Amino acid sequence: MTPALLPVSELLGQLRRRTLTPSDLLEAYLQRIERFDGSVRAYLHVAAEAARAEARRWDDRYARGDDLPPLAGLPIAVKDLICTRGVATTCGSRILEGWRPPYDATVIARLRQAGAILLGKTNLDEFAMGSSTENSGFGPTRNPWDQARVPGGSSGGSAAAVAAGLAPWALGTDTGGSIRQPASLCGIVGLKPTYGRVSRYGLVAYGSSLDQIGPLTRTVRDAALLLQVLAGWDPLDSTAASLPVPDYQAALEGGVRGMRIGLAREGMGEGLQPGVRAAVEQAAARLRELGADLVEVTLPTIAYALPTYYLVATAEASSNLARYDGVRHGLRVEVPDVVEMFSRTRAAGFGPEVKRRIMLGTYALSAGFYEAFYLKAQRARTLVHRDFDAAFAQVDLVLLPTSPTVAFRLGERVDDPLQMYLADIFTIPVNLAGLPGISVPCGFADGLPVGLQLIGRPFDEATVLRAAHAYEQATEWHRRTPPLEGAAA
Amino acid sequence: MVTEAAVDTVIGLEIHVQLGTASKMFCGCAVAFAAPPNTLICPVCLGLPGALPVVNRRALALGLRTAVALGCRIAPESRFHRKNYYYPDLPKNYQISQYQYMDHPPLGVDGWLEFTVEGTPRAVRIRRVHLEEDTGKLLHVERGGAVTHSRIDYNRSGVPLMEVVTQPDLRSPAEAREFLIALRALLQYLEVSPVRMEEGMLRVDANLSLRRADGTLGTRTEVKNMNSLRAVERALAFEAARQAEVLGGGGRVVQETRHWDERRQVTFPSRTKEEAQDYRYFPEPDLVPMAVGEAEVARVRETLPELPAQKRARYVSLGLSASDADLIVRQPRLAAFFEEALAAYPQARVLANWVTGDVAGILNAEGKEIDDVALRPAVLVGLLRLIDVGVISGRIAKDLLPELTLQGGDPAALVAARGLEQISDAADLEQLIELILAANPEPVAEFRRGKEKALVFLVGQVMKETRGRANPELVNRLLRERLRG
Repeated sequence: MTPALLPVSELLGQLRRRTLTPSDLLEAYLQRIERFDGSVRAYLHVAAEAARAEARRWDDRYARGDDLPPLAGLPIAVKDLICTRGVATTCGSRILEGWRPPYDATVIARLRQAGAILLGKTNLDEFAMGSSTENSGFGPTRNPWDQARVPGGSSGGSAAAVAAGLAPWALGTDTGGSIRQPASLCGIVGLKPTYGRVSRYGLVAYGSSLDQIGPLTRTVRDAALLLQVLAGWDPLDSTAASLPVPDYQAALEGGVRGMRIGLAREGMGEGLQPGVRAAVEQAAARLRELGADLVEVTLPTIAYALPTYYLVATAEASSNLARYDGVRHGLRVEVPDVVEMFSRTRAAGFGPEVKRRIMLGTYALSAGFYEAFYLKAQRARTLVHRDFDAAFAQVDLVLLPTSPTVAFRLGERVDDPLQMYLADIFTIPVNLAGLPGISVPCGFADGLPVGLQLIGRPFDEATVLRAAHAYEQATEWHRRTPPLEGAAA
Repeated sequence: MVTEAAVDTVIGLEIHVQLGTASKMFCGCAVAFAAPPNTLICPVCLGLPGALPVVNRRALALGLRTAVALGCRIAPESRFHRKNYYYPDLPKNYQISQYQYMDHPPLGVDGWLEFTVEGTPRAVRIRRVHLEEDTGKLLHVERGGAVTHSRIDYNRSGVPLMEVVTQPDLRSPAEAREFLIALRALLQYLEVSPVRMEEGMLRVDANLSLRRADGTLGTRTEVKNMNSLRAVERALAFEAARQAEVLGGGGRVVQETRHWDERRQVTFPSRTKEEAQDYRYFPEPDLVPMAVGEAEVARVRETLPELPAQKRARYVSLGLSASDADLIVRQPRLAAFFEEALAAYPQARVLANWVTGDVAGILNAEGKEIDDVALRPAVLVGLLRLIDVGVISGRIAKDLLPELTLQGGDPAALVAARGLEQISDAADLEQLIELILAANPEPVAEFRRGKEKALVFLVGQVMKETRGRANPELVNRLLRERLRG
């Protein structure tokens, strides 16, 4: 079996035992990318040559028996919304085509410090605005389980890359579900850390008060391993928390016996596909068998989460995306007048969903509308917070489906933004409340993966990981791999 | 020409002060004047995708110190906001600033500043004090009189600014100027900013309107681009006269932004469209609120230096005239000079006379400030001591002062080298006095007829012959004795 489909925890063991070299491992991914990514299109850019050079350096150091950093020689795919020094960072947008950041995001610097190798930059919905990766300015990514379907989004490239064995793991970003939803639709693990747990420095902003970087991995153990490297205070991000980072590997052990898990009633209502409902209910039952105490909780205001999100996130985005004006970087439409240059550049460079959200957000912040929209949304956000606070007074975790449906067909929702927005109905409340949430594979419906979402208290990723790990260890879902060979043949 | 229709000029100021920090407001880039373009930049002040701001704690401390010194109420939790507008010198197309909005007050509100206008105490209310970042600089490249393209220097982008906004409490252009001098002095005493005007460290926008005889306020205009205190006074005087003329002619003042043209000495309407700007302010999500506790405010208050009003009062209590005290207090560097001299030479009034008289006169004539010249406090004190012990006359001291001020030197050595010691020995003067009396029979006769003034002339003649070296009191006494005797 190819090492490309093994979890990182096993790959690290093989590297350390020197039954596998970093170069051989890298080549396994590069070969699969060569073979499958022409159709999956998870990557926008594969950094093959730089990665090969780095891998060779790690080969030597392993051979010499050096003391090595924790992720020495291990490749990683990175969502193309995260700045990588000297390596093109497009954010899935034509407006940034050709831009090479002069600096590394904090998470990239930490990964390099830990010995990881940048394998490539993955596709996404333009500026992370979308739930299917169809809003990419460079064409959609396909779901490895059924290439007629979307991988979810916005971190669809990262999720598809991991699911298809085109990367051992990947970084995604999550503003309204952009890690968890594609993880769910691609049958892998996706963790959104607490807002402030991971530095946002170098993450190109969409909704600054919601954005978080997190891992997309094959197993929960891998998510813990990657979070360990990513997490922690950063002097370059004022919103990064200066809290101690626990040992997440150690936190995996102990199981769910005696843990109180709240089944949110609102998660099991209308709009849920029957196959998804069945899988999530069975997962809840499995957790009960494992010794968890399942209780029903209610989150009444999450019905308002979607409109709240589309005011807060778009308001912030309208300001965050103002800097793409043709003056300093990326696309410029050359015209003599500067104001004309701004509008023509932005008209040419941004796709329709980005324009829609910029207009929505501009409107929400405009004089006369600020109180009715932006301020009201902030108050609604407080209510969502309180709902979770009340739930966490009773339980240790809240359980929800990750996505109300399995992967939908390419093109199915592109003309219906509201239908598209519903894909994130269960993930968005978690961003509004700034909480940690994980999606783990919990079954299949119509042959497509279903994800279970577990949500924890602020900065309590440890409990989230422990429960997800216990569930994963008791099931086999995460061992299934997509039927890629058949599709490619 | 203020007509009957308008009785009062009403002025409010918005002052941007560059804080005296080593690094920028939200990143570690150095702050320096006239560095080669785009050499003091980083992803943060260039607004690159993904970069995030981090508040400069020093800038926050300086803003807080100013707000406390101005008697402002300090917000227990103050936030930064984004001010959204598109301009090529603004790399993010929003400026991180502080907006006064509902539960989000700026750093300080509702303070005041006392100052004097020609000896009369005045107070102006301060509306608010807040922090923000500066923009870059556009350089328009011209060929054949037409702008062909523009270059942008982002060195200034992100430099820490403090905005001080007054209530419309100022009543004349001269008063506005005096207020700015007082504010500049305060900022220098607080060591909040060196306030180098020529480097644009203090930039002023003004709102001006005329109040009619019936008490109603006319339409205001905003005047920008005044780059010196003199420009502020002249621009506002021009604008007040212009508005009065418009009103006097039965016209209406248009609410607009006008720019001061230093060359033509006029204000003119700015060419940009005057549509109401909607800045879409909202709380900056990349920065957490800044908490300033009461204990911290108290600590800042306790560590404030002596403020101008206190200093003025102390000087008056030491015997200085109010006008001398003012003249020294409004120039912090001169005040520092005075204080240092005072420590060695406690006759405050005598010292102040020299500092505000001869020293200030020389500085004015040369267009220099005390720090720009060679004169040190110890030198002035040395000179005054030579007078006190009778080595030289005041006349000689005054003669020596310009050279000591501009070139420096040791007063005692200079006096010795030039032989300028006072002649205080009667024997050395008697022969000269005989010669003067013989040569001036008429004044001698006049004095003998009781005309005291004639003696002044004779003393002057002796002083002239000794090139100022004779002790004037001794000459006076000797002349009287000789003429009466």
